[in-house]
Amino acid sequence: MLHVKDLTAAIGDKQILKGLDLDVGAGEVHAIMGPNGSGKSTFAHTLAGREGYEITGTVTLDDADLLEMEPEARAAAGVFMGFQYPVEIPGVNNMYFLRTALNSVRRTRGETEVSAREFLSTAQEAMDLVEMPKDFLHRAVNAGFSGGEKKRNEILQMAVMQPRLAVLDETDSGLDIDALRIIAGGVNALRGPERSMIVITHYQRLLDYIKPDFVHVLVDGRIVESGDHTLALHLEDHGYADFVNHDLDASGRPLSGATS
Amino acid sequence: MSESLREIEELTEATYEYGFSTDLDTDIAPPGLTEDTVRLISAKKDEPEWLLEWRLKAYEAWKTMEEPDWAKLQIQPIDYQALSYWAAPKQKPVLDSLDDVDPDIRDMFDKLGIPLHEQKMLSNVAVDAIVDSVSVTTTFKETLAEAGVIFCSFSEAVHDHPEIVREHLGSVVPVRDNFFAALNSAVFSDGSFCYIPKGVRCPMELSTYFRINSQNTGQFERTLIIAEDDSHVSYLEGCTAPQRDENQLHAAVVELVAKDRSEIKYSTVQNWYPGDENGVGGIYNFVTKRGRAHTDAKISWTQVETGSAITWKYPSVILQGDRSVGEFYSVALSSKRQQADTGTKMIHIGADTTSSIISKGISAGHGQNTYRGLVKVMRSAENARNYTQCDSLLLGSDCGAHTIPYIEVKNPGAQVEHEASTSTVGEDQLYYCRQRGMSEEDAMAMIVNGFCRDVFDELPMEFAVEAQRLLSVSLEGSVG
Ligand SMILES: Nc1ncnc2c1ncn2[C@@H]1O[C@H](COP(=O)(O)OP(=O)(O)O)[C@@H](O)[C@H]1O
Ligand SMILES: [Mg+2]
Repeated sequence: MLHVKDLTAAIGDKQILKGLDLDVGAGEVHAIMGPNGSGKSTFAHTLAGREGYEITGTVTLDDADLLEMEPEARAAAGVFMGFQYPVEIPGVNNMYFLRTALNSVRRTRGETEVSAREFLSTAQEAMDLVEMPKDFLHRAVNAGFSGGEKKRNEILQMAVMQPRLAVLDETDSGLDIDALRIIAGGVNALRGPERSMIVITHYQRLLDYIKPDFVHVLVDGRIVESGDHTLALHLEDHGYADFVNHDLDASGRPLSGATS
Repeated sequence: MSESLREIEELTEATYEYGFSTDLDTDIAPPGLTEDTVRLISAKKDEPEWLLEWRLKAYEAWKTMEEPDWAKLQIQPIDYQALSYWAAPKQKPVLDSLDDVDPDIRDMFDKLGIPLHEQKMLSNVAVDAIVDSVSVTTTFKETLAEAGVIFCSFSEAVHDHPEIVREHLGSVVPVRDNFFAALNSAVFSDGSFCYIPKGVRCPMELSTYFRINSQNTGQFERTLIIAEDDSHVSYLEGCTAPQRDENQLHAAVVELVAKDRSEIKYSTVQNWYPGDENGVGGIYNFVTKRGRAHTDAKISWTQVETGSAITWKYPSVILQGDRSVGEFYSVALSSKRQQADTGTKMIHIGADTTSSIISKGISAGHGQNTYRGLVKVMRSAENARNYTQCDSLLLGSDCGAHTIPYIEVKNPGAQVEHEASTSTVGEDQLYYCRQRGMSEEDAMAMIVNGFCRDVFDELPMEFAVEAQRLLSVSLEGSVG
């Protein structure tokens, strides 16, 4: 599925990702945790194709070279990113936005476009999944949404787009416990053998609801530790201190490990 | 400049799709403007004496007036003696049957998407087609006549309904109102005339399509719409011109008279040739549009201005009667080297009068967009209310947006509210849409159309679709 090898990303003089390796198999859910500023969002954006980074290394999805592709081509290849800060588009109705998005990727893939009626039932299912009120489709994209509504909208879009690889960037931040449960429920419902997910989070809290197959710790632009979900629990107790401000040995692991 | 900024610029450098010109056999007056020119025009049109005198009075006034101070506009001086003031396709201009329309003209309108053939006509829209200075045909005349509605060229109205024309001509825009209005009054060629009798709801949309074809001619149309008590009409004008290297002058006057409890909705989709990306060519569009709203009447201006090298235009409403309502909804796009200085004037005279202004300015390339609006509340206007909202959208870093509201309130009971905002099409917004699979062009069109939503919602359905398309096309470029 997804193979990331020796990925670096810089903006101007600032080196943000410093050699990142990650392999995600079909159907797997990987959590990426790390302190603020460690490069989690930057990693998500390099997968999604945001401009402005100088990038080296390789990223392939199903053997296609993602780094060569425009963002919209990556979307058509099945990459979906749930934004940490979803963008407002005033005056553009949600329903229209979503249908245009879906039909754009379908066109690129050589598939037929969905009719308004077909779309409506797809959208209805997605709305039920994240418990969005009925009037939602007729409101403008993210404009005037609460923080929780914006995040739910990201999951709703994911449900409509049915991606091959979902990268969810801090989808849990700023949510109360009910909203968190709704979102996690939506994400879990969308798990499947053909869909991989990278769930980026700052807190282990989300991982109580979304059980990842693997957990990676990203510190200062590198993955410094990988493990199963127990790694997240360790982080909950000990914080990132074990990984920050420690010299790294030649293997890139911190001297005092978190594998206990 | 970042990669996506550059792409935004490319996106906004679309080419003009109506730039073709048609080879019509045209009758053109020699360049220059003297009293004889005015007499010639009047004679060509076989006008009554009173109208010739009216024109001559306007000409005398014009000679003593000066061009307006251009404020935010940068403009080459116009040589009024180098222009020709009369151009007409050589066939007999006004025809009884659409089948008599010169096939070349019919083809030209086909290309513009305005079919004049009987079988293909837009249903429920009556069209007055004007080429250069004259009306070539008007569709659906009989249907309208059954309802008592008069919809014809201005010249026809002068001959067939002289008393109505004489009573209202210049009653809203006096001949000495401004330099261009005076010029227009002296030399106007043709235009549309609408008369909606008492209590009649006009059974279809009325529309005038203006096409400038000839070179080096000034275009001076005159439109007069009269809605009698308790009547209702929705009117639309569309405009295009061929691509030419020199600037062409267009100075129209539109007068609306909305009598008691009547409603006039006037929509414009203006797409005159804007010039190229270096600012060569394009139409100078200096237009005076004004309506007078009597008691309980409503006048609503909606405009989508995407063309012209220079747009100078302030559709206005004189809120004369008590409880009259004035509205102005505007989208103005300036890309390439276009300059738009547009807005409205709302003059509150009657009590309990209400006006609202929604202006959306879009600047791209090296375009400059200025909103200039006046809200004037006279002492007599008890309890007048105005709401103004001006939003500017910048696409790229070499363009500009300016908002200049003038507010004059002489009645302390008035409520005047003004809100303004300036935003850019964020790279973030484009990226968000592209991450969801949309091409950059589609994303841009979607975002800009969203920005204009409040105004497009005011357009009649068919034209809203056309306006959206036009905006997308104007923004389209070499990407992809
Ligand atoms: N556009 C930018 N220009 C300069 N530095 C940036 C930019 N975006 C992010 N950074 C820096 O890169 C680092 C990683 O940021 P980010 O990927 O957002 O971290 P995280 O998502 O883990 O909090 C931070 O130090 C941040 O300040
Ligand atoms: Mg982040």
